[in-house]
Amino acid sequence: MRILCCGNRHRGDDAAGLLVADRLRELGLAAQTLSGEVTEVMEAWRGAESVILVDAVVTGARAGTVHAWDGRDLKACVRSSASTHGLGVGEAIELGRTLGQLPAKIRIYGIEATQFAPGTTASPEVEQAAEAVAREIACLAKSA
Amino acid sequence: MTTSAGKTIKVDTLARVEGEGALYIKYAGQQVADVKLKIYEPPRLFEAFLRGRHFSEAPDITSRICGICPIAYQMSAIHAMEKALGIRIDPAVRLLRRLFYCGEWIESHALHVYMLHAPDFLGYQDVVAMAKDHRSTVEKALRLKKAGNRIVQLMGGREIHPLSAAVGGFHKVPTKSQLRELVEDLEWALQASLEAVAWTAKLEFPNFEPDYEFVALRHPEEYPFNEGHLVSNRGLDIDAAEYEEHFVEVHVKHSNALQSMLRARGSYLVGPLARFNLNFDKLAEEARQAALDVGLKPPVRNPFKSIVVRAVELVFACTEALRIIREYEPPAAPRVEAPNHAGSGQAITEAPRGILYHHYSLDENGLIVTAKIVPPTSQNLKRIEDDLREYAVGLATWPLEEATWKCEQAVRNYDPCISCATHFLKVVIERD
Repeated sequence: MRILCCGNRHRGDDAAGLLVADRLRELGLAAQTLSGEVTEVMEAWRGAESVILVDAVVTGARAGTVHAWDGRDLKACVRSSASTHGLGVGEAIELGRTLGQLPAKIRIYGIEATQFAPGTTASPEVEQAAEAVAREIACLAKSA
Repeated sequence: MTTSAGKTIKVDTLARVEGEGALYIKYAGQQVADVKLKIYEPPRLFEAFLRGRHFSEAPDITSRICGICPIAYQMSAIHAMEKALGIRIDPAVRLLRRLFYCGEWIESHALHVYMLHAPDFLGYQDVVAMAKDHRSTVEKALRLKKAGNRIVQLMGGREIHPLSAAVGGFHKVPTKSQLRELVEDLEWALQASLEAVAWTAKLEFPNFEPDYEFVALRHPEEYPFNEGHLVSNRGLDIDAAEYEEHFVEVHVKHSNALQSMLRARGSYLVGPLARFNLNFDKLAEEARQAALDVGLKPPVRNPFKSIVVRAVELVFACTEALRIIREYEPPAAPRVEAPNHAGSGQAITEAPRGILYHHYSLDENGLIVTAKIVPPTSQNLKRIEDDLREYAVGLATWPLEEATWKCEQAVRNYDPCISCATHFLKVVIERD
């Protein structure tokens, strides 16, 4: 199982994925950190049967809400706007599906983010959510 | 049918560009009354927070300005600092810097040609929609971009915000065998780039040829990356040290990004068209022949054909990277030491989307006293507005939705990096 965590540590709640990676590493698990750029993400899951992908998401829920989706069932993927030229994790999933390059199993954890100001750190709600997501992934990894 | 005449074309968030911006075009009857490229992304104040930092920090700080052209920022910063400090670099280091730049051009041009600009020509909302009908083309784009990523990763330690470039050289240089590992990918990328030239040349281009002043670097022996005189098709021929005598940045009310102008003549165009028109004779033979094979020769004045020129530059970058790898002998030392002393230096290098100017002054401890950065998109902003002012006239009787689409496409001709210039794009067309 390959664990991919996306985010930017210097843009507030966008650090969510990286905080999960930090915690997973403390728990002795390998987690790959990514900026979320479309080709980088597609390259990172190449050859993997099973992938867990963690990123900050905006759905309108309150900060720190944890969403878990099956990436292969995610029909209308939320599009990225804050990534390079607007091509990010959302587009990677859509392109992966269109091109037949999605891993056989892909579980996505989205941590609701509400603030992305440059130079700020994640909110306490997002930090708590990252802890909870890391623990859940650790359990999944043990049972895998 | 709703036409553009007497209306406003409004795009509140321009897509497929880097950063945040909006486009507003107002018609009075069939005349274009107003054009504003509104850059609302907040200013990022990099020049201010470089002050007081050591010169050695400038390459890594300025590379953070952009996720798509960090190498351009590193190269302009490094060359300006080396000029301020009077440092001469090993010829092998110079070659490696050109290879590093080839990586960035391949990444950036592959992304723009296939994934950002091609959907405009083919009538798709984005590359995801395009991929459903053009699967193999998008797969090729991803592989081509990856070939560039590999160069950047090897040279810079990682793909995004690479780290190894330094004032005086590199922190670490690759071995010959590490570079040879790139050859197979690059040979494939060269063939894919030749196909890209033929493929883009078959797209349909609007009939639009403004009378541009093209501005690019020109080097006596090479297609330009890091060095050369700044020249134009209207007689400009200056050293980087003279840049501020000839160019001025102007603040306009509707934009957080400064607009650069030639003091004597106003707007000008930088980027692939300018480089191609002013340096056609310096292109590698494969690239020049690929252009001629599709009937492309200077002067190319149609900005929509920039997609073909980018493909030609992909051929060039792959050819040049392969040449450098063949000729590479590692330098005696990765870098020369750079001692602290006072000085001032300016440098211009060719980012994928055009010239990038840096100017620094240093105190006796090597700390930055002043910093000035003029990114390519700031240099093109006034010209983009001028293009739209001319181009929108012909769209007055077009259905509003189609006119808006065409105007967005015209902006994307420039592959603008608004994050750099303020450092994204919405379009509004208004008609009475």
